[in-house]
Amino acid sequence: MSSQVRILTFKIDDRDVSAREGETILEVARENGIYIPTLCHLEGLSSTGACRLCIVEIAGRPKLFPACVTRAEEGIQVITQSERLTKYRRVILELIFSERNHVCSVCVSNGHCELQNLAQKLGMSHIHMRYRFPSLNVDASHDRFIMDHNRCILCTRCIRVCDEIEGAHTWDLMGRGVDARIISDLDQPWGESETCTGCGKCVHVCPTGALVEKGKSASEMAKRQQFLPYLTLMREEKE
Amino acid sequence: MAKQLVIDPVTRIEGHAKITLQLNEDGRVEDAMFHVTQFRGFEKLCEGRPFTEMPSLMARICGICPVSHLMSSSKACDAVMAVSIPETAANLRRVMNLAQFVQSHALSFFHLCSPDLMLGMDADPGDRNIFGMMAKFPELTQNGVRLRKFGQQVIEWLGGKRIHPAWVVPGGVNEPLSTELRDRILEQIPDMLSIIKKTLEQYKRSLEGYHEETRTFANFPSLFMALVNPQNEFAHYDGKLRFVDGSGRIVADGIEANQYSDYIAEAVEPWTYLKFPYYKPIGYPDGIYRVGPLARLNVIENCGSPLANQEWAEFRSLGRGVVLSSFHYHYARLIEIVYSLEKIQMILDDPKILNKHVRAHAGVNNLEGVGISEAPRGTLIHHYKVNEDGLMTHANLIIATGHNNLAMNRGVLQVARHYVDNKKLKEGMLNRVEAVVRAFDPCLSCSTHAVGKMAFQIQLRDAGGLIVDEIQRH
Repeated sequence: MSSQVRILTFKIDDRDVSAREGETILEVARENGIYIPTLCHLEGLSSTGACRLCIVEIAGRPKLFPACVTRAEEGIQVITQSERLTKYRRVILELIFSERNHVCSVCVSNGHCELQNLAQKLGMSHIHMRYRFPSLNVDASHDRFIMDHNRCILCTRCIRVCDEIEGAHTWDLMGRGVDARIISDLDQPWGESETCTGCGKCVHVCPTGALVEKGKSASEMAKRQQFLPYLTLMREEKE
Repeated sequence: MAKQLVIDPVTRIEGHAKITLQLNEDGRVEDAMFHVTQFRGFEKLCEGRPFTEMPSLMARICGICPVSHLMSSSKACDAVMAVSIPETAANLRRVMNLAQFVQSHALSFFHLCSPDLMLGMDADPGDRNIFGMMAKFPELTQNGVRLRKFGQQVIEWLGGKRIHPAWVVPGGVNEPLSTELRDRILEQIPDMLSIIKKTLEQYKRSLEGYHEETRTFANFPSLFMALVNPQNEFAHYDGKLRFVDGSGRIVADGIEANQYSDYIAEAVEPWTYLKFPYYKPIGYPDGIYRVGPLARLNVIENCGSPLANQEWAEFRSLGRGVVLSSFHYHYARLIEIVYSLEKIQMILDDPKILNKHVRAHAGVNNLEGVGISEAPRGTLIHHYKVNEDGLMTHANLIIATGHNNLAMNRGVLQVARHYVDNKKLKEGMLNRVEAVVRAFDPCLSCSTHAVGKMAFQIQLRDAGGLIVDEIQRH
């Protein structure tokens, strides 16, 4: 049986683009080589719209839309770059930096960090709000990995990869707002987790130095994420 | 009427400090205090972090001698991991450490101290700086800049950047040396050696004019402490601690890193952020000892490289047994540059330096580790405690400048008593008070584990504590 896919046409930054029904604005933008910054989004995982860095404008609508979870519509005009968007994206980054303790210079992910790269790319030179300097712990109870809550931005990539790809669902989120925190199992030390398979996928999808391999020194923790689309593809093929 | 004299800030040093001179009813200097006015707190802020982050974190204490912190910190981490690192890794760390000696000593001698030494202690303060030096001694000054550049460049070639390279890691280094880089370093050594030989000759000639300063600049018997190797030679990267007394007699020897606290304790005074380490068997404050270039040249029996050995023999003839005047820290620094260049060459001439195995991997095998190395300013001790997960629970850092605190204070008093005449206060007198501090090349931002620019102050107070006169520099 063949189902007919409806094709939508619309504009991104004045360029005519087309999408299959159900595709997100981000997917279409990427297919057409149009850059939209992202942080919580990762190809191969579901999208949640957690970080809001991918916000775009749609002409005629006052609010902003997260491109990773907004589906394309016929005839809309999407704007990915504007003064307003640049300002909001920078403020989002500043809020993330001020929320916890991100000290790039001595971080194991220095030079390989998606948050740091975005801050550079989007021209974030200062943090205009006060740092919160929360007192957060480092969970080094696992034999091979470390969870450093000081550097976690709550993107939830770890939760999604563990649930959707590994199938273990070791990670989850507890608390709300500024008190939200990633936990393993029922808020046990990671080393005592009964569900963790030690596969390390969460470490490699983590965009910052929050989930890292033990034993790494400053700047040494480069992440490998190439495996993800491949794994997703293989799983889909099996199904 | 008794007065107090305050020098604030003390200039051409690394960090913030001021000096208070207490004068008695007759206007003579009764007491002197060298205050370090900054606080850092690295010992506390590292708690809870993985120990593997320590070399880079602790290196942030200083922008001038980050390599020293990398050395002691990584050695403390090696001890926590209980590993013996590959010899090539140890030698690569040695090369970086020696390169730092070249750049740091060149900074101290040419940029900070040569204005006093070559232009004169009483020269116009407007010219008594590196620019005045450039005008009057262009070749010497350029050479100094080149020498420092060489040291910095070697650090960059090895570690990727000049300041705070991330190349030194627990267990070794994270990349082997390439043939091309080795050759590039070796190529420059003859030029650098010829610069330092010329500078030494020029400096030795100028010593004639500094008899009075030599006699009064922290010139007193004290203990001296430094690392020595089993051949009784310089050991800047490893070795065991040795104390000698003012006559050159060994009073303690073969002290392993983890035994340091049997010999060294720290006292605290309310008027300075810099602690006062002292030699424990004698007690505080009589257990005064000095570290750094002068101490290192006093505790060894030979340097371990030919040219430096010749210079060392000549240097030691300046004193009976050991050299006591802290004015000779400058001289000792120049000899150490000679040694560093020769030693870098010796290490790099061995083809094993190109071995690819440069890192040992391990987890936590000891809950405690001590790393000691010689920093340009003296012995640097990092002592860490970790929990079973490898998170830091405690750190104690004893920084080179700290060891010299008692001696610097006593030196300031000695110079002030000799030179400062309250009836006729001259800038040159106060400059000598600063210059004795500069001789030690203190790094105060390191030693108090501080943020900010260098500054230094002299206050003159009366018997009632009122400030009568004050010189401030920024």
